[in-house]
Amino acid sequence: MDNSKGYAIELRGIVKRFPGVVANDGIDLKVRRGEIHCLLGENGAGKTTLMRVLYGLYRPDEGEIILNGQSVQITSPRIALNHHVGMVHQHFRLVPTLSVEENIVLGLDEGTGPFMNFRKTRKKVSAIANQYGLPVEPQTKIWQLGVGQQQRVEILKALYREVDILIMDEPTSVLTPHEVEQLFATLRTLVDDGLTIIFITHKLDEVMQVSDRVTVLRKGKVVTTFPTTETDKPTLARLMVGREVIFRLEKKRMERRDKILEVNDLYALNERRLPAIRKMSFELFGGEILGVAGVSGNGQHELSEVLTGLRKPTKGKVFLKKKEVTNCSAREMNDLNVAHIPAERMRMGIVPALSIRENLILKKYRCSPFCHREFLDKKEIEENANRAMSNYRIAAPSCETPAKLLSGGNIQKVILARELSENPCLIVAVHPTYGLDIGATEHVRQVLLAQRERGAATLLISEDLEEIMTMSDRILVLFNGEVMGILDAESAGIEEISLMMAGTRHKGEKL
Amino acid sequence: MKGHLGFKIERRPVASGRLVFFVSLLAIIAAFVMAGVFFRIYGVSPIHAYQLILRGSLGSRFGLAETVRRMIPLLLCGVGLTIAFRALFWNIGAEGQLLMGAVAAAGIALFSGLPDPLLLPAMFIGGFLGGAAWGLIPAVLKVVLGLNDVITTLMMNYIAIYFVEWLIHGPWKGPTARGFAYSDTFPPAAWLPTIYGTRIHWPTLVLGLVLAIVMYIMVTRTRSGFEVRVIGENPDAARFAGISQLKTTLLVMLISGGFAGLAGVGEIAGIHMRLLGPANISMGYGYTAIIVAWLARRNPLAVIVTSILFAVIMTGGDVIKVSLGLPFQLINVFNGLILFFLIGSEIFLRYKVSFLLRR
Amino acid sequence: MGWEIWIITTISRSLAYGTPLLLGTLGEIYAERSGVLNLGVEGMMIMGAYSAFTTAYITGNPWLGILVAAVVGGAFSLIHAFTSVTLKANQIVSGLSLTMLGIGLSGVFGRGWEGKPLPATIPKITVPGLSKIPFLGPSLFEGQNLIVYLAIFLVPLMWYILYRTRIGITIRSVGESPATADSLGINVNRVRYMCVFIGGVLAGVAGGYLSVIYRPAWTEGMTAGMGWIVIALTIFAFWNPAYGMLGAYLFAALYHLSYRLQPWVSPELLKAMPYAFAILVLIFVSRGTLQKRMGAPAALSLPYTRGED
Repeated sequence: MDNSKGYAIELRGIVKRFPGVVANDGIDLKVRRGEIHCLLGENGAGKTTLMRVLYGLYRPDEGEIILNGQSVQITSPRIALNHHVGMVHQHFRLVPTLSVEENIVLGLDEGTGPFMNFRKTRKKVSAIANQYGLPVEPQTKIWQLGVGQQQRVEILKALYREVDILIMDEPTSVLTPHEVEQLFATLRTLVDDGLTIIFITHKLDEVMQVSDRVTVLRKGKVVTTFPTTETDKPTLARLMVGREVIFRLEKKRMERRDKILEVNDLYALNERRLPAIRKMSFELFGGEILGVAGVSGNGQHELSEVLTGLRKPTKGKVFLKKKEVTNCSAREMNDLNVAHIPAERMRMGIVPALSIRENLILKKYRCSPFCHREFLDKKEIEENANRAMSNYRIAAPSCETPAKLLSGGNIQKVILARELSENPCLIVAVHPTYGLDIGATEHVRQVLLAQRERGAATLLISEDLEEIMTMSDRILVLFNGEVMGILDAESAGIEEISLMMAGTRHKGEKL
Repeated sequence: MKGHLGFKIERRPVASGRLVFFVSLLAIIAAFVMAGVFFRIYGVSPIHAYQLILRGSLGSRFGLAETVRRMIPLLLCGVGLTIAFRALFWNIGAEGQLLMGAVAAAGIALFSGLPDPLLLPAMFIGGFLGGAAWGLIPAVLKVVLGLNDVITTLMMNYIAIYFVEWLIHGPWKGPTARGFAYSDTFPPAAWLPTIYGTRIHWPTLVLGLVLAIVMYIMVTRTRSGFEVRVIGENPDAARFAGISQLKTTLLVMLISGGFAGLAGVGEIAGIHMRLLGPANISMGYGYTAIIVAWLARRNPLAVIVTSILFAVIMTGGDVIKVSLGLPFQLINVFNGLILFFLIGSEIFLRYKVSFLLRR
Repeated sequence: MGWEIWIITTISRSLAYGTPLLLGTLGEIYAERSGVLNLGVEGMMIMGAYSAFTTAYITGNPWLGILVAAVVGGAFSLIHAFTSVTLKANQIVSGLSLTMLGIGLSGVFGRGWEGKPLPATIPKITVPGLSKIPFLGPSLFEGQNLIVYLAIFLVPLMWYILYRTRIGITIRSVGESPATADSLGINVNRVRYMCVFIGGVLAGVAGGYLSVIYRPAWTEGMTAGMGWIVIALTIFAFWNPAYGMLGAYLFAALYHLSYRLQPWVSPELLKAMPYAFAILVLIFVSRGTLQKRMGAPAALSLPYTRGED
């Protein structure tokens, strides 16, 4: 395999701005032909944006794209495909009601006019599938397929279009470890055949395992590029985050208090009516943070919904301070003083069009002092808002400002102010620092630690392993909806946790 | 170095109240100008036509009375629709709900055998319930099965229309005169009092005004109003906050359907005193009320104003029919144009164009 | 012997009355499959009826009338496409406004055309040979006209296009998942414009058929809610042209029989049937997998903007 024949892709000075943020700030990137090149960075580093520029979904504000030595203008995905650049998105771009072959052929102009020669298509699809070890039934409808199979269809789509360059955006986030291995094998086969692959990820393991070279992005800029063999995980992690990764936050050693939450043999289904939580049992005590680690999609979302009344489990019991709350509604959980800091701030956490003061009473509007009989007490609501805004230092012109005008960090502050103002006994925090800048992230963590000191029991669900390791007292690892083990955070090592996240059960005693 | 003027289009996060008012006004004016063009093509001077309309609907005692009379159902339906629209329930079925309210009222008037003083109150209650029930069916279908509210409410309109047709041609058939079918005339105790010399059934009018105020207070100051607004703005957040979509949707359609039902009672007991063919009971009040509510930007108080505007147009249509020989359908041209320009103008509310000097 | 005549007449009349319903439904199926809800069908139909009649009267050429009706219907639909697709305004309201406008304009300009006789209409066709088949012959092949056969021909054509050609896959993807289609280089807006236009053209032709062939005459409001029945039938057809044909002719038959069946079922209740059936169909497909198999296009009535995913 000849890597020195020149660069397949060269990005020069790519700048892409969005309102309020510079997602790509003058990025230079060189990708060699026939290599697997990883783009590594945290959430919000600009990796996906950059690749979307390359794929024609975004137009760069400045900069140049050079493919195989020639400067090109990629103004749409169709043009990108003309230049043999293909992309497999993190959220699949498949039409559920169409079949595999229809999806593969979608948008393609094969010169046969409006009519389809499905037999030819099927043959070609089968040939490609066999060549790369990606078996599919061409006539199945997409909604009938599992996630791993759907990804296979996505890859076949690109291969069918004879791409030279394949961009994969966080492809393993929805796969089981077995499927991940299969994917990596497929990638190697593709590369042996001459393809160039750009692999976006935020997971160090994958970088080390599959890439030839890796470029680290941070806050819209390129930090550096290495051949993978010349670097290691701690170095990459440090470059990714910009500071020493494994540092322990100033945490007071807390005495374990009363048991707040008890989950017994919990089972629950997900949106597709497939099992998402299996035989889950754990306990949570006051004054501690239990971090839930695991690859996204292993039951965390469903767990957070069960504990906050948004989802009914199919079996098992949940007890809050000895009271059974298994089938309580969201409203009832509210009333029992359970706080929920949701993953999707804009979609669930606030009502964007309403004002800050109205958002602050989103849960408590039914009770006094905000409400007397049917009527809302505007004065009380306003006073509450002013208090919250000063306590949490929410930056906004007034409490009448619509919430959608706030920055991400300030929105999260509104949510925190609302959820934590009543001194909840249980806090379910899901990806609480996702997408926030350093300052806002620190603030959120301080707040959660303060709550911990006050005696609240916190379930911290996060994809950010570093966050879990530094914030938690104990760590619960989820894989495939099951508890793989519960470890003491101080003594737990990344390798141990990663193994559990990958499916190995912990052999030690459960804490 | 020369500079040149460039412009960029970006989303406007929030549109100020003043801008909304101004843009809406512009849209209405544009609609009237366009209608004027159609007048011109037809061979009538637009100025002359508009003069006639204004004089006819506002200038004379009779015209003014007719305008107010037409405003009543528009007001009631419109207020109800603002509530439904706020919860993002696209109630296109006000027409059918109005008719079912009329049916309920007619049934009570003709067959209930209640003592006289109770008749009218019972008719109002029955009419409210009839309209509300008709509106609740699509509401339940939406919340429980996820059925599209536009289609279900639309279909229910036609089911209601044919139901009324069936009643007046079948079980409730009264004397038939000249090929028109209608039910027996109501007993006098079931007739709404009107202002002397006009067809303004003032109890319904008062009811409409009161309900507009009450709904305004509800939306802005009460718990339920808050819930409606949250659901309308962000259903996911509403679920998160524990707001029951089922309860709120049902409440909203109870009100919207019920108010349309009240409008139906008013028409039946105030104007016709019998159950008629559906096209005679409601000359598209349910559909026109959609524009009334839309123009009022879902503000129940503003409906008072916008319902007058469309009542003027409707009465104007009558005037033009008589003086210029144009068909009553003309008002559909006005309504269609206003609605069209309104939604077309919304682009100015959503985006703004800013000019910048570029080098 | 009376029975035979009765059946033949019923089939024949159902074919005749079902044709505009079928044309309208086929068009609306395409529009909705691309994700645009077109509530303006009634307005487009009646404008088609009006323009076809006046053109046929003035020029003496009924075919020209139909052509003009197609153009007028298409033009109207482009307005709807503009507000719905380009301006991304509320599709329900846009469609309603066009219906009101269509009814109003045709009512205003149609004044004075009522009662005028049409000098020439398109010729009735009797297919030689086929019309001799007992039963089916006289009912299907005698006394119909070209548009009727055109409508029937359109059914397999439009079915085939929708399910077996590249264009059809494109249309269906735009209606189910415009973001996906967009990311594959499909011009979502263009596809939607095209489908709405097809819907408008067919609605116009349907209206023209009514005023130039079926009656032939012009009366104010003559479509009498046919556009709304088309919307109901589109749902009843599960957005499939084949079932659309079934629904259109079935309803036409019911309509024709409604007066016959009067002793047993009142005609008003029969007229309410397509609307009630549409709701029943929607209830039927509301469950999980059924929705995926046969339900409405997922993106129906939702405007699409790139990047808002």
